[in-house]
Amino acid sequence: MIERTPFLNIATHVILLSGLVIIIIPIWLAFVAATLTLQEVNSAPIELWPGNQLWANLVEAWTISDFGTKFLNTLIVATSVVVGKITLACITAFALVFFNFRGRMLIFWMIFITLMLPLEVRIVPTYAVAANALSPFQTILEVTGINWLINAVSGIEVALEWNLLNSYTGLILPLVATATGTFLYRQFFLTIPDELVEAARMDGAGPLRFLWDVLIPLSKTNIAALATIMFVYAWNQYLWPLLVITDRANYGMVVVQLSDLVPDQLTTGGGTPTWHLAMAATLVVMLPPIAVVIFMQRWFVRGLINTDK
Amino acid sequence: MAKISMRDVRKSYGKDQVVHGVNLEIANGEFIVVLGPSGCGKSTLLRMIAGLETITAGQIAIGDTVVNDLEPRERGCAMVFQNYALYPHMTVAENIGYALKVAGTPKAERMARIAAVAASVGLGDFLDRRPGQLSGGQRQRVAMARAIIREPRVFLFDEPLSNLDAKLRVQMRHEIRRIHNRIAATSVFVTHDQQEGMTLADRLVVMNKGVIEQVGTPSEIYDQPASTYVGGFIGSPAMNFLSGQVDRATHSVRLASGDRIDVSPAIAARNHGKLVQIGVRPEAMTMVPAGQGTLNATFEFVEELGAGRLYHMMFEDLTLTVLAGDRQTLAAGAPVGLHIPASAVHLFDADTGKRVEAAPLAVVEQVPA
Amino acid sequence: MRRAYFKFSWIAAVLLAPQLMIIFVFFYWPSAQALYWAFTLEQPWGGGNTWVGFENFANVLSDPYYWGSVRVSVIYAVATTILAMGMALILALFADRQLAGYRAYRIGLIWPYAVAAPAVGLSFQFVFNPGAGIFSYLNTLSPGVWDPSVYPWQAIASIVIAGAWKQVAYSFIFFLAALQAIPRSLSEAAVMDGARPLRRMIDLQLPLLTPTFFFLLVINITDSFTDSFGIVDTLTGGGPFRSTDLMVYKIYTDGFQSLDYSGAAAQSIILMLLVMALTFVQFRYIERRVHYT
Repeated sequence: MIERTPFLNIATHVILLSGLVIIIIPIWLAFVAATLTLQEVNSAPIELWPGNQLWANLVEAWTISDFGTKFLNTLIVATSVVVGKITLACITAFALVFFNFRGRMLIFWMIFITLMLPLEVRIVPTYAVAANALSPFQTILEVTGINWLINAVSGIEVALEWNLLNSYTGLILPLVATATGTFLYRQFFLTIPDELVEAARMDGAGPLRFLWDVLIPLSKTNIAALATIMFVYAWNQYLWPLLVITDRANYGMVVVQLSDLVPDQLTTGGGTPTWHLAMAATLVVMLPPIAVVIFMQRWFVRGLINTDK
Repeated sequence: MAKISMRDVRKSYGKDQVVHGVNLEIANGEFIVVLGPSGCGKSTLLRMIAGLETITAGQIAIGDTVVNDLEPRERGCAMVFQNYALYPHMTVAENIGYALKVAGTPKAERMARIAAVAASVGLGDFLDRRPGQLSGGQRQRVAMARAIIREPRVFLFDEPLSNLDAKLRVQMRHEIRRIHNRIAATSVFVTHDQQEGMTLADRLVVMNKGVIEQVGTPSEIYDQPASTYVGGFIGSPAMNFLSGQVDRATHSVRLASGDRIDVSPAIAARNHGKLVQIGVRPEAMTMVPAGQGTLNATFEFVEELGAGRLYHMMFEDLTLTVLAGDRQTLAAGAPVGLHIPASAVHLFDADTGKRVEAAPLAVVEQVPA
Repeated sequence: MRRAYFKFSWIAAVLLAPQLMIIFVFFYWPSAQALYWAFTLEQPWGGGNTWVGFENFANVLSDPYYWGSVRVSVIYAVATTILAMGMALILALFADRQLAGYRAYRIGLIWPYAVAAPAVGLSFQFVFNPGAGIFSYLNTLSPGVWDPSVYPWQAIASIVIAGAWKQVAYSFIFFLAALQAIPRSLSEAAVMDGARPLRRMIDLQLPLLTPTFFFLLVINITDSFTDSFGIVDTLTGGGPFRSTDLMVYKIYTDGFQSLDYSGAAAQSIILMLLVMALTFVQFRYIERRVHYT
């Protein structure tokens, strides 16, 4: 397009660059802090250019936080959540779209309503469930009197118990249920023409074959899009692991580890705050999801927009 | 005055050149149709006139002004887009009057002009509707009205009828022609539909792969196609093609099968030995009893067109079609003679695809005799 | 609607079961549990729960600390939403002009979405730290002028800025996508009509962004009510003097530190109702969303 707008173009660059600067400032300052020594980082005015302690600080932050184990844990949890969420979303949406049965809409709405129950608002009772994931069933047995019946008949006291605290399962399971992913898949499955289903049936393929041979290959872009946003989501979980994992040494996740690094009275005991280590750790922790977003930008943007719309 | 002249106009996107040196003079008030398949560069050419695309090389002038570096709003062109491009959040009146609003025309005058233009395209009752509430034909009219209201010197149409159904398309075609006659702007109309092009144009410009193949009135282009491309693209059902070699002695073209097709002695004399493509329109051939025609072919099947019939023949490994008014009943596989008069033969150079003429074309090569 | 189905069989049941189990155990049961706790009170020294009606709610609603928490939550929600959406809108409008460097600008404005809330909180705690941060210079001039751990308004400003910083990318991505979904020919038609870039922004792009704008408005407000825990916990810890004790944070501290399950449950129910109301508004709105075609 031929448009002579030199002043507006300059203004555009100025505005966008200011935006970038505003966005980058806190992270830049954190980065600079991570390159300084304890004395430098605590001297006013704030240092604006990096020093030479980055590697040393990274190593020290890594060691005191035992990031080796925690990165591994986070990776295990994030990967499992990604795989679990995608699998669940895919099979649930498949059953909802390609089978006709009564209660289909009811189930759809039941999944839909979970959107309105974010973890944060039901955190206390969810924690209680995690302490014994079978407690709902135990309660049902007791309230309905079945337990009493069993006891009377066989003399066995049924006590269901499955403690999820301090376990990978406890970290993963509550994060795996996914309304958004199910909707994304449902939207995609609804675009599959009827003829394709009919052709598959003419070819003698059953539902599972159809899912595996036709739908899953077709939904590769969906998978990529979901995987990127779910990875970021899972990696950045904070509140849930903070509660479920008390055994941080074995099951700690990196993001939670950050709360231990806040250089307040608790950690420094009145000493000089170790900002350089806290910031070094922050950088390390935020890097993997940023890398995913940058390198998978196309999928990430598509996933974000399609799941939330 | 709004003649348009283009001198060696080129457009590239990076290394990819899509318009290769177009030269074209469009007279004031003329209705020009640029015709070609998708991807031939015709829309790009139109958008370069509009100022929506920069011009990589060459020069475009509207009136006496070179517009290469002018912004679209400074060129005095109005454009009707393929999908109409109506502002979905504005009413019909606001859509039509937006250009005037931007130009700062006082509200009273704006309203009067909107009402007048809307009435002239039959939209008087729809001024308060949104585009979403209109039918395809009505949207098309809004798009036209939006262009008309600016009283442009040049009217640009980018396949404006392709989203309409067949009947409406014919109707709008007539309307566009009427509007053109009334407002006396120079019109450039881009389309891939040859029927649209033939019926609308004062002059047709046939484009292919970023070059102009031929410029002329619709009848010139139909009667004297300048290349195999134009011959094959214009006319429906399409022209038949056969390959052969010109023989002076017999005033004919010898086909690989040994058959001969007569051509005018003058052409044969000038082009002896040349490898050529013969083009024959289906309506220019006639069917005769086997053995009595120019060629002997085998009947395959017939297509009923209502006004006539299209007979499909096999000749060697080629399919030939004959359009005839009479209704013959033939059995599949029946032998049929095809009569091809010398006057019906179009000859094209087998290498270049260019038309082979009896006399040198005055415009193409001005070599003294 | 679909016409070709597979016949319902145990396969469908098996495919649905895991998701339904998980949402039952981790969504519906806890929500029901919250409801139960909200209307009952656990007896000290055992003895189970007794029904107390709306007493827990009455206690919560008569607690000035709770209203303080509501007040700061609303301030936080409104301020972060305005800041983040305003900035995202302006940046998206100009980024959409796609001048040189467009890709760099885009990625530069998207990546903050990937930063975990606690990492944002911790970074900003450093940035706003009175001894080491950007305002430490002020304190050398006039000691004690800047200290978010002492002055409530400074603490609130800190979480608002950190929260907005985190939200900008999300709104930016949606605004930019919506701008790019505007057909090119529409802008070109406006160009032919003589409208220059700023005029097109006002007459064409802004009106066409309205649906996205309202969508983001609801999402941002909902998020700032529910998704603020990480930032508050690492940046202010709810202080000073409970000045940044957002609703989610208060539920957490009342439930897990004060072990007041009934009070926390009542607050959860209130927050749940709030989220439901917002979601309802959003979906009602999306249902009636103006689809310009």
